[in-house]
Amino acid sequence: MWTHSAGNPGELAVYKKIIADFNASQNKYQVVQQNFPQGSYNDAITSAAAAHKLPCLMDMDGPIMPNWAWAGYLQPLNLPSSLTDSLAPTTVGRYKDKIYSAGYWDAAMAIFARKSVLTQAGVRIPTVDQPWTLDEFNEANAKLKASGYNTPLDLGAADKGEWWSYAYSPMLQSTGGDLIDRTTTKSADGKLNGPDAVSFFTWFQQVFKKGWANNNGPVGNQNFIDNKVALSYTGVWNAQDALDKVGSDLLILPPVDFGHGAKIGGGSWQWGISTACGKQQSEGARAYLEYSFQDKYLTDFADSQVVIPSTATAAAASKYFGPNGSLHEFAVLSQKFALARPATPGYPVVSTTFEKAAKDIMNGADVKSTLDTAVRAIDSDISSNNNYGS
Amino acid sequence: MARSHDVPHAERQLRRRRRVWSYLVLTGLAVFFLFPLVFMFVSSLKPDGQILSDTRSWRAFLPAGHISLDNYKGVFARVPVGRFLFNSILVTVLIVGLGLVVNSMAGFALSRLRWKGRSLVLSLVIATLIVPFETIAVPMVYWVAHLPTLLFQDGSLVYDIGWLDSYKVQIIPFVANGFSVFLFAQYFSTIPTSLDEAARIDGAGWFTIYRRIIVPLSGPAFATVAILTFLPAWNQYLWPSMVVQDEKLRPVMVGMQYFFQDTTAWGEVMAYASMITIPVLVVFLAFQRAFVSSVAASGVKG
Repeated sequence: MWTHSAGNPGELAVYKKIIADFNASQNKYQVVQQNFPQGSYNDAITSAAAAHKLPCLMDMDGPIMPNWAWAGYLQPLNLPSSLTDSLAPTTVGRYKDKIYSAGYWDAAMAIFARKSVLTQAGVRIPTVDQPWTLDEFNEANAKLKASGYNTPLDLGAADKGEWWSYAYSPMLQSTGGDLIDRTTTKSADGKLNGPDAVSFFTWFQQVFKKGWANNNGPVGNQNFIDNKVALSYTGVWNAQDALDKVGSDLLILPPVDFGHGAKIGGGSWQWGISTACGKQQSEGARAYLEYSFQDKYLTDFADSQVVIPSTATAAAASKYFGPNGSLHEFAVLSQKFALARPATPGYPVVSTTFEKAAKDIMNGADVKSTLDTAVRAIDSDISSNNNYGS
Repeated sequence: MARSHDVPHAERQLRRRRRVWSYLVLTGLAVFFLFPLVFMFVSSLKPDGQILSDTRSWRAFLPAGHISLDNYKGVFARVPVGRFLFNSILVTVLIVGLGLVVNSMAGFALSRLRWKGRSLVLSLVIATLIVPFETIAVPMVYWVAHLPTLLFQDGSLVYDIGWLDSYKVQIIPFVANGFSVFLFAQYFSTIPTSLDEAARIDGAGWFTIYRRIIVPLSGPAFATVAILTFLPAWNQYLWPSMVVQDEKLRPVMVGMQYFFQDTTAWGEVMAYASMITIPVLVVFLAFQRAFVSSVAASGVKG
């Protein structure tokens, strides 16, 4: 079993316990763990696949799953439907009507704010049932800038990589656009460069032009902790630290409704079984996965990493995400607003193209022509790969 | 008289002023180039929040605020530093050591021996320099995964297939190096061939000439190649990421990625970076003179 968890003692401790329990619970299979650092994990998988040396069990970031399934690295998971049905939809990886991956947890994003700051600036505090509209959000930023914040909003634009599509494509979807046409997954035309997408990216550019946000960093939530920004668009992974530093003044707010409902990204690290796994070993891998998806382990994992458990029962038992948990709000946001990224093998190209286009627009490039170029790059990749078999 | 006395005095003053200015400029440059190192060492003693808060002021370069060795403790809790350092030292020493032998012999054959196709082979060796490693990395993985190998298992030798997950896969592909061969060949060609001829009259074979005459006269070339091979060998990241699965065999640079999770432990990153920079600094300080002359001699940046 390969994981991307090297350097993460919390995750490794939970895996160690699950593996020890599983190995002790039967004598037919023996799970052995090998851990890689996240930054070089995909390189390790790709090269192992080239050398036909993939392990039986491996974890993967949710959006990459269709690419690996298409490339022949993964076999369908074939776990009992009673198990996969109990998991939050964004934690189950589906490609071409088959389940290839499933995860213990999901992450969720929110807007962090201080109650005292919003109240003083006369900004309405949004709720899950009534998130900010785009007009309200613009007004809030203008008021907060006028109240003395040099850049009132931290959008996380100093970050790089897949973060850009994870964080900003839900905003695009909320405006009515998308990364790609999900019905065919053969083209991004009309979705990534249509009027809704142009409208969203024009707003996105204006946010930086008006000085509401910048991309100076630092990456993370430090500017919010230091009260250098009033609003921080970030994830559950920064919530406990923010709670510790800001205390009861902290607000965890829902994402902005850009017109088509508020949305956030869903789908995080999940487990799959490789095609290099023999028949008997695959049975062992399935037995292990089925065993590992017990609520007690999901809760342990979630509480160790401060992420949202993938089953409602495990979430209810979590000290953070249960009904009285300090971060319960994130479980609600995940349930209500989370959307998976498009299940297409072309996602790696979609994601890098989106990042480049969004960064160019942030830096002042013409919105429409930049999006047209991005669409051409995505469509060209899809057609040069024979539509990825779709 | 007065004028003849004034001119040297004015010149002396001008010279002194120039020297002061050049020292000032050099000091400024030294400080400028030392900043990253100072930032790294100083930040390794600070908590994450303070590192980020200090980045917009001179405090980033000062050991001020909450100073402790907590980041170093954190590094040892997260990464098997000792094991990674051992692996990197072993791999680097063997790449450099074996590389000096193999590449100098190849350079000797290409510069001193007369044989058909020599120029073509030298051209091919030089041509390998224009191929970026990244472009051949994946085919190389496939190749090393299918090479035969002998393993010690339960006290006996066992034949197997595949070099993945081993020290040799980190060492052997990097021993032969086109640039090193070229440097040796160039340097050897400056040594008079009359020495070879005299040795041959005395009955020496080619290996004796290489070992007894060429090697002792080529100290600067060996120093240059050793230094230029050391740094990339120590800094290996992509290749071990692809071919080493067992944590016990990983080198230090792969360990750097252990700190980049959903949030980055910057203090620990700096502490780890400080720890893995120390061997490089020690080597640099020990061979400072040779390093500078090697860079000047080879015309490349290390």
